[in-house]
Amino acid sequence: MTYSMTREQGLQLLRHMLRIRRFEERAAELYQLGKIRGFLHLYIGEEAVAVGSIPSFTSEDAIVATYREHGHALVRGTSMGTLMAELYGKATGCASGRGGSMHFFDASRRFYGGLAIVAGGLPVAVGLALADKLQGRARVTGCYFGDGAVAEGEFHESLNLAALWKLPVLFLCENNLYAMGTALARHQSQTDIAAKAKAYALPAETVDGMDPLAVETATRHAVEFVRNGNGPYFLEYRTYRFRAHSMYDAELYRTKDEVAEWKRRDPIMTFEQTLRTAGLLADTDLQNIETEIATEIEDAVAFAEASPWEPVEQLTKDVCTPKT
Amino acid sequence: MTKITYREAVRIGLREALQRNPRVFLMGEDVGKYGGTYACSKGLLDEFGPERIRDTPLSESTFVGAGIGAALGGMRPIVEVMTVNFSLLALDQILNNAATLRHMSGGQFSVPLVVRMATGAGRQVAAQHSHSLEGWYAHIPGITVLTPATVTDARGMLLTALHEPDPVFIFEHAYLYSIEGELEEGPPAVDISRAAVRRTGKDVSLMTFGGSVWKALAAATQLAQEGIEAEVVDLRVLRPLDIGTILASVQKTHRAVVIDEAWRTGSFAAEIAAQIMEEAFYDLDAPVARVCSEEVPIPYPKHLEDAALPQPEKIVRAVHRLLGRG
Repeated sequence: MTYSMTREQGLQLLRHMLRIRRFEERAAELYQLGKIRGFLHLYIGEEAVAVGSIPSFTSEDAIVATYREHGHALVRGTSMGTLMAELYGKATGCASGRGGSMHFFDASRRFYGGLAIVAGGLPVAVGLALADKLQGRARVTGCYFGDGAVAEGEFHESLNLAALWKLPVLFLCENNLYAMGTALARHQSQTDIAAKAKAYALPAETVDGMDPLAVETATRHAVEFVRNGNGPYFLEYRTYRFRAHSMYDAELYRTKDEVAEWKRRDPIMTFEQTLRTAGLLADTDLQNIETEIATEIEDAVAFAEASPWEPVEQLTKDVCTPKT
Repeated sequence: MTKITYREAVRIGLREALQRNPRVFLMGEDVGKYGGTYACSKGLLDEFGPERIRDTPLSESTFVGAGIGAALGGMRPIVEVMTVNFSLLALDQILNNAATLRHMSGGQFSVPLVVRMATGAGRQVAAQHSHSLEGWYAHIPGITVLTPATVTDARGMLLTALHEPDPVFIFEHAYLYSIEGELEEGPPAVDISRAAVRRTGKDVSLMTFGGSVWKALAAATQLAQEGIEAEVVDLRVLRPLDIGTILASVQKTHRAVVIDEAWRTGSFAAEIAAQIMEEAFYDLDAPVARVCSEEVPIPYPKHLEDAALPQPEKIVRAVHRLLGRG
């Protein structure tokens, strides 16, 4: 496959993937230090999916994501400081510190979570798309979920309803081959996920989720298809999670060889090579990007450290909307 | 005053809601072509068209979740779930998304969703269509739980609910749909913050809601023939609870019986009893009593179903025991 790509586009893709990778590496360290608690699901290995797909959406479009959403929020444009503060549970976090790693929200960017019940975001995305259709808005709702979600009833119900009502929703399945620790073939009779979508009369395709350019090309096309009023579309990105499911996972369910095999396809490493081969990346570019990111992360950590906790007096604030 | 059925009252409320606000739409199973399982939306498809009266697949979780999404996207959806038993299929969306999003997002997202469903027993439809689970919903912070018992409330609560910024759940007792009542004068949209005293009395307070309001009123009529004056308090709103009206009644009568069609253990009646104990213990002349359903799945044959449910006779007996006449 050949792509036409400017130097700036290439560097931007690399920059975003590295931002996610370094942010999460730092988050894992902070977790060991006890600065971050609860569940922390790292996206490392899967960066090409968010980086290649999120920029296809406009600021008017909506994004619904899962508990493994650090990368999506970073690429969507939520500041690293408010995301790090959210991981800390600080009041300045993107959900006032109330959600933590699994529940990033950003109303100003139409980022609807950060939803941690598997497949629970699909019906919400269908509804957001219904609202757009009823109000005659040419918006698209992008709904991310993993391969585990295809086992849930809501996956099937939502694909059916979206196709039946021709709703402007783009289903984005990040297939990292494991529903937590259960391999796809151990929980699905039909392991071709795109085939399931086709059964509901959705156009569907499978994309190399380790290649940001392949992701970008497929997603851009799919977003346009949906925006033009053709109804929903389905993309399955084949990807792989390099780290454990969460910080508590002993990884008994997969071999080191398998992980090593996928790491040879590390999207950052391979894309860096692609850029070098095309003559679009010099050593100094990479150094500059790494330096910028290191600064951004240090600033984010400093912001989170310095930020206040939400006062206990506000514990029940926003359970309900205040009556005016 | 006009006499109409509860079913007609719901339909009037739906029509008015759809006429008033173009962002209101109705969706659920068989709400369109069929006209609603309980005929509450009969004729609305012809009047408002398929964009606003939407028949859904049998996918409770997804059409309730789609209601949440549509509400987030600026619409005012009314989602009809056929019965409370089926709503269990949507409980994930209701609890984990509708009730939770606002707090969990730090106040960034509200979900102005209205969900209506039928609840309750008394029609011989057996153990998977007869339960009263509104008390479970009243357990959940972040939502409003309404139990209209009168035609005025059946119409008006819906209209008020559509002005609420957060999710509202309306439980319509299936037995009431065919019952006639008089539509009260006044603004169509009714208050949804207060309980209502449906009958005044000085000897005992009967606290209840939904379909049991009529059983409590029947019991009060019987008790009156014996010279016992029972006050009947229709809670109307289970969350947020109007504890003030409850306490005022207990402080007057010094005795309370809570009637709840749910099972006794862990029931909403237990919550009412506990709050009376916490706030008005020294006003009581007797322990708070409860009349609830027996702890069985609701059976099909009439004599067993009747035996499983609160009945006016059971309420009268409970009052007798409280007054030392049992």
